[in-house]
Formats: sequence, C-alpha cells, structure tokens
Amino acid sequence: MKKLINDPADVVADALRGMAAAHPRLRVDHENRVVFRGDAPVQGKVGLVSGGGAGHEPMHGGFVGPGMLDAACAGEVFTSPVPYQMVAATQGVDGGAGVLHIVKNYTGDVMNFEMAAELVAAESGTEVVTVVVDDDVAVQDSLYTAGRRGVGTTVLLEKIVGAAAAEGRPLAAVADLARRIDDSGRSMGMALTSCTVPAAGKPTFDLPEGEMEIGIGIHGEPGRRRVPIAPAREVAAMLVEPILADHAFTDGVICFVNGLGGTPLIELYVVYAEVAAILEESGIGIARSLVGPYMTSLEMAGCSVTLLQADDELLRLWDAPVDTPGLRWGA
Amino acid sequence: MSDTPTTEQLTAWVTRFAELVREHRDELTALDSAIGDADHGSNMDRGMTAVVAAVTEAPPADPAALLKKTGATLVSKVGGASGPLYGTLFLRMAGAVEEGFAPALRAGFEGVLARGKAEPGDKTMVDALGPACDVLDAGGSLAEAAQAAADGRDATVPLVARKGRASYLGERSAGHADPGATSTAYLLQAAAETLS
Repeated sequence: MKKLINDPADVVADALRGMAAAHPRLRVDHENRVVFRGDAPVQGKVGLVSGGGAGHEPMHGGFVGPGMLDAACAGEVFTSPVPYQMVAATQGVDGGAGVLHIVKNYTGDVMNFEMAAELVAAESGTEVVTVVVDDDVAVQDSLYTAGRRGVGTTVLLEKIVGAAAAEGRPLAAVADLARRIDDSGRSMGMALTSCTVPAAGKPTFDLPEGEMEIGIGIHGEPGRRRVPIAPAREVAAMLVEPILADHAFTDGVICFVNGLGGTPLIELYVVYAEVAAILEESGIGIARSLVGPYMTSLEMAGCSVTLLQADDELLRLWDAPVDTPGLRWGA
Repeated sequence: MSDTPTTEQLTAWVTRFAELVREHRDELTALDSAIGDADHGSNMDRGMTAVVAAVTEAPPADPAALLKKTGATLVSKVGGASGPLYGTLFLRMAGAVEEGFAPALRAGFEGVLARGKAEPGDKTMVDALGPACDVLDAGGSLAEAAQAAADGRDATVPLVARKGRASYLGERSAGHADPGATSTAYLLQAAAETLS
C-alpha cells in the first residue's frame, strides 16, 4: 500500500486537521469529527446536515459553506458516522428554523441518522426532517434489497437545496424540494480499478487487468456485471442507457460526470463528450454541467454519470452563489 | 429463565460475549468479507472491548444501568449497521430487564426488528435472535435458546440476503452464514454459559 498518510488509524483525524488549516472559514469540531461553516448556526435559516463515511472527499465536508451544507459528519473510511456526531452537528446548526438531515441510502447511514434524530427529539426542541437519497440505477429497487444506493444526485441535491435554504425557505419546503430532486435524479457508475481502505491495507476487491465493473458502488459494492474494458464511447452508453431506461428524461437536464478519485480530468472530459452526444441523439438538451471528482471512492479509477431533470426553479437555485472548498461560484 | 439477572451476572455475560467476539473476530470478518464489507469482526471487537472497559472502570449500579451502558457504548463505538442494531438490542433490554431475562431479550428483539426493518428469512441477526426468544418465551432453558440461535445461524447459509450491503449481491449472497446471525449465536452462547 502506497499512500500519503501517517498512521492508517489517524487518516480521518489528520485530514480534518488539514481541512481546518486550509479553510479557516470552516470550524472543525475534532472531537466529534464535524465540519461546520464558521458562522453556524445561521439564525432563521434551515440548517443542512449531511455526513457519511470518509473516503469520498470532497463530499461531504468539502461542501460545507454558504449556499450549501451547514455541517458534515465524517465517519471512519467507508463507515457511517455514529449518532452522537450527528447530534452535535444538528445542535450546532440549529438557528431556530429546524434542521434537514441529508442521508445517502446505506443501511448503516440510515440507522445511525435515525437514532440521531430520535436523540435530538428526546433532548431538545429542534425539529429534524430526514431525506434519504437513493439514485443508483445499478441496484434493483425492490423489497429484496436494501434499496438503491445514494450516489451522484447527492452532490447536486446538496447544492440546490443549500441555495433554497439560503433564500430563507421553511423546513417543509426545503425537504419537499430535496425529495423532488431525489425523485428526478438517476446515476450509474463504473470502475477500472479497486481501491484500498487504509486500515485494511489491501484492495477492497479484485478487478483483473483488462476488466471493468459496470454499476459499481462508491464503496466497491458489486455492480451489475463485469466486462472487458471498452472504448469510452461504449462505456458512456453502458452508463447512460440504464439511466434513460429508468426515468423519462426530457429536454433540460443537469449532467454530472463524476470522477471516482483515480481518473484524470482529461478522461472525464472524454466521457462527457460521449455522454453529451448520446443525450443529443436522444433529444435531451443539457442545461448545466458538472465535471470532476466530487464524490470519490479513495483512489478508485472510474466514473459515474448522473442526470437530474431540471426546470427554471432548479436551474436558478443551481446558479445561485455557493462558497465551499469543493464547489464555488458567484461568491 | 424467568428470574431477573443480577448486575454481576449481566456483567459476566457481556464480558464472556466480548471474549467470544475476540476469539472469533477473524471468523466474523471472513464471513463479512464474503458477503459484506469485511468489518464485522473488528467493529464488534472494538465495541465490546470498549463495553468491558466501561463497565469495569465504573461498575453500573443495577441491571438496567449495565445494559444501558452496554448499548450506548456500542452505538458510539461500532458504527455501520451493527452499532445501531446491537446498541438498540441492549438499550431496549434495559427497559424490560426488571421483568426477567426472557422478556428483556424479547423487548430487545422487537427493538432490532423496528430499527433494521428486517423480517425472518432476510439473512440477518433476526434469524438467530428470533428463535432464541421463542424458546425462552416457551419456558425453554438458556442452553436450548443458544442451540436455537446456532440452528438459526446455520439456516442462514442457503438464504439470499434481503437487507444491508449483502443484499446488493443478490443470489451471490447464498452459501455463507450471515455474520450478524453468527455473532448473535455467540451472544446467546455467552448467556447460556453465564446466566444459567
């Protein structure tokens, strides 16, 4: 294992020290492993809290700041944070208008956030609403699975809902918007290589040279199928076609090509060109785009494609100023 | 077992469970690497080690306090899905332990069902815990309950997982015992050894 770390046991704590040093406008609670925007709680604004296992940077700590999240909890690498962290985050961002928990649909994340919401309800008067993101079309959404995983739509949702909260919308409206975005977003990912969790010291799964996994999860969960590597235009089709088959997208989408950590931007643009060509042939115009590593899986090589059906309201909120380490425009 | 266990007995129970988890840590992790994310053994070992340290440093005053301390420690130390599930089991037991061990375990089981939303046959800890509760409720001994949990664990081998990370594997999750059902069988084994 070749990694730029000190002790594998200290990776998350050391990275949070780095975030605090690099971004003085954030406030990092090192004991609870929570990244807060420096001026939290913002009085009268709905507080937005997300979190999850570390290893997906910049998500979620890198999306804390004006126009996006108020706080993010970091668990161990690929392991859900625990309820006490989420309670600290929730109490720290409560500006009197309630708090929205944005949770990616993984069994551990959902249960820990659920316990946190119960603890907050028992200990304080803070109103908490939870929205679960489940947009990964690689997983069959049925009673026979844990449901679809939360992936790329989470990034777009945190940005758009962050803008809505910044406008002063009430908690119920912010939560409704979040659910609408989850309903209108779909994603599919693929991996060229595995990744190594520092504490494990060896790759999470074995992916032979010459093969790729289509439908991979962001923790290396198995996908739909393993196939020989193919040109980017074929890979783009393997990702976009299941998305289009799952949801009736029409003109005006936000198209997000995400890098999983080990794939350079030049390759992400190669993929984006192919995705854009497929969408054009399908009569689906792209209203906005996002290309880059925003929801990573350590050093995994690969990408995911997310489409979100937009309208004038969503686009206006997308264009609104955002000022975080991971996403910044108009600010 | 219908008597209310003492604080000392329950301390011996969680201590023995911690020993069994430590002893079988690699087995639990190997089972989890086959169908999950390979951290059940290390997570449960970390959690139960913290439980033993917590109840040794400041011995709780009564059975409910012991169970509450155990549950809260697991929730804060284990993470993933096992933390909330085992944490809820012990926290709910704390509320019912005055009525006896069997009613307490039943209350804990109902907490696990509510938290995890799993049903029997989903290939989870429910498949070991449910049969053990049924045996105790019918007046069976702890040894019989431990056997029922072990049988329940064995019965998860051919099942296809419908909950948790293993469910992403679909048919490929069959052929391995569920790690959660396996650790639950050790929980009941520890009870039979310390509470009888």
